Amino acid sequence: MKKIRLSSLFSQLLLLIFVIAWIAPTFGLFISSLRDKDVLAISGWWTSFTTTEVNEIYRTEGKDAQVKEGDYYFIKSNLFGEDKGKEIFRFGVTSKNIDEYQVGESALFKDGTEITVLENGDYIWKSQEEFKKKKGKRVFVSAKSPPSFTLDNYKEVLFKEGLGQAFLNTFAVALPSTLIPLIICSFFAYALTWMKFYGRDILLATIIASLVVPLQMSLIPILTIYNDFGALFGVAAKSYPGIWMAHTGFGLASTTFLLWNFLKSLPQEMMEAAKVDGATHYDTFIKIVVPLSIPAFASIFILQFLWVWNDLLVGLVFLDKHPSEIILTAKLKELLGSRGENWEILTTGAFVSMTVPLFIFFSLQRYFIRGLVAGSIKG
Amino acid sequence: MSIFSLALTVLIGVLVFVAFFHFSNFLLDYFQLKTPKKIAWENSIRVVIFIGPAFIVLFVFIIYPVFETIRLSFYDKLGDNFVGLYNYAWAIKDPDFKRSIINNLGWLIVVPTLSTFFGLVIANLADRIWWGSIAKSIIFMPMAISFVGAGVIWKFMYDYRGPGDQQIGLLNAIAVALGFEPQAWLTIPIWNNFFLMAIMIWIQTGLALVIFSAALRTIPKETLDAARIDGASELKIFWKIIIPYLEQTILVIWTIITLLVLKVFDIIYAMTNGQWQTEVLANLMYDWMFRGGGDTGRGSVLAFCILIGVIPILAWNLYRHKQDQKV
Repeated sequence: MKKIRLSSLFSQLLLLIFVIAWIAPTFGLFISSLRDKDVLAISGWWTSFTTTEVNEIYRTEGKDAQVKEGDYYFIKSNLFGEDKGKEIFRFGVTSKNIDEYQVGESALFKDGTEITVLENGDYIWKSQEEFKKKKGKRVFVSAKSPPSFTLDNYKEVLFKEGLGQAFLNTFAVALPSTLIPLIICSFFAYALTWMKFYGRDILLATIIASLVVPLQMSLIPILTIYNDFGALFGVAAKSYPGIWMAHTGFGLASTTFLLWNFLKSLPQEMMEAAKVDGATHYDTFIKIVVPLSIPAFASIFILQFLWVWNDLLVGLVFLDKHPSEIILTAKLKELLGSRGENWEILTTGAFVSMTVPLFIFFSLQRYFIRGLVAGSIKG
Repeated sequence: MSIFSLALTVLIGVLVFVAFFHFSNFLLDYFQLKTPKKIAWENSIRVVIFIGPAFIVLFVFIIYPVFETIRLSFYDKLGDNFVGLYNYAWAIKDPDFKRSIINNLGWLIVVPTLSTFFGLVIANLADRIWWGSIAKSIIFMPMAISFVGAGVIWKFMYDYRGPGDQQIGLLNAIAVALGFEPQAWLTIPIWNNFFLMAIMIWIQTGLALVIFSAALRTIPKETLDAARIDGASELKIFWKIIIPYLEQTILVIWTIITLLVLKVFDIIYAMTNGQWQTEVLANLMYDWMFRGGGDTGRGSVLAFCILIGVIPILAWNLYRHKQDQKV
């Protein structure tokens, strides 16, 4: 008995290690997308849950902010610009001694002016003479920064970086690229299963073979066709209908195969009964096969939709990179090149691109898994 | 484009296909042809309507391109002049090509093996633990994410700062905490390939996991119970009963992941673009499709190399399909 418990404890521990290793990367990305961009650049995301001590440099305001009270000139403001919830505990006025003073104490600059910094960043800078310089002076602070999260990065990425538009574009690519194959393949699979015609077996074998043909084999010829077509009719070679058809082509074999596999399992008697009753193939298809196939349609829809949504290669080759056509993955890749060090943009952008797949994943996981398993057991 | 014009485009695009099927079938039913000879005609027309669109797409996007790509591999840069084996001779001498082949082989060995292994182990662990299904969901989740998204996630994991600075990448933070020097992981030749493979393993383990989970349920409980009563250890049950029972499934998962790995493009393109000796065939092919205005000959040779890798799986699938049809 004791041995079993020990082994169960070991299993739990091992599984826990796997789970942590698998979730940590995504979790870190998500947390980072919610952090202030300045903090994100200098500290690891795992420090964001605890109060951290940071050393920072701020600049006071210049002469424009001064007021005269009695014999003295004052500049009163806040180092952070506004109260950010940070707590200053020490500060300094020279780079040699950045934590010389306690908060609340008065520090002397070299020119004899005097500054007092308070815990929340408020400061009073006092001078006997009028302030002359437009630029303020540097103040070094050691502050405790409590955990804080913000949605600023999302606003920036969606509206300024153009990811909002790319998001819509991706929908405009993914929905037809999923629905068109589903429509034409369901008729195709029906014919392969229930209609007798010459060459059916060869067609089926072609589908099986096409399942594994790498899409790289198609890129160059299709691109040539599109370019010729565009030149011939004076339209753009890269367009939404173009990419829909490309995705339809690349998803056709797997969609047909999965549907064929499903339709095969429907009882033959039912089809024959419908035929005896005088139903045409089209009636049988619409009134019997489609309603019965809804769960299979759901699984295939999800698989193909996620495939298209997550695709990069087809989008790069068959769509332009200007804002009205670029898809999320291509945009993200572009940001990786141009904003490689701006982790607030990258993490947030990546998370935006993941929202739809994650939503589908968590709400329709059952169908997703069913599709994958159905596709694999046979394929 | 605004959201409305996009939605309209989408709607029209989909409706065209619905309309085609509806009206063609409607017309066929309208002119009911009931004499025996005509019924045969009707059936043939119906078959054409049902398989026509799909067949055209299949032909234009898969069948024709396969032969065209093979043809183009014997032609020059623009596809105008026959050059025999010139492109193949170029490939054999090209150092990038050599590097790609070596790397692709590495990917083919490491990724399917480890993904399958992890998937199998996790499926076994999770089946016996009450919070197993939550664990499975978490490990499966990367399957839903794009390779580029995963690329960003892992680029952040591998982020490198100088030895004095605070590390913001988790891997370097761990390395520093353990007393090592921080490393720019993705720029260390040979090893960086493994850091890229880790991303693919991270994604594909989920696939292996769910398929194994489904397959594990088909093992008769009596067999397992009998083994336990006989005093077999869990480890022994795993090796002696579960693995042999799942042989077919293991093979299937292996081929699925192998197919994916042969085509691996997004991860390399997003993370290193083949620099620091991480080049693979698919990335090199994309490169040649556009480099210097595009070289269809060399691009086609590279695509053909990927196809060659697929052929054993293709043959095996067709063989199995034939066996199934006989039953």
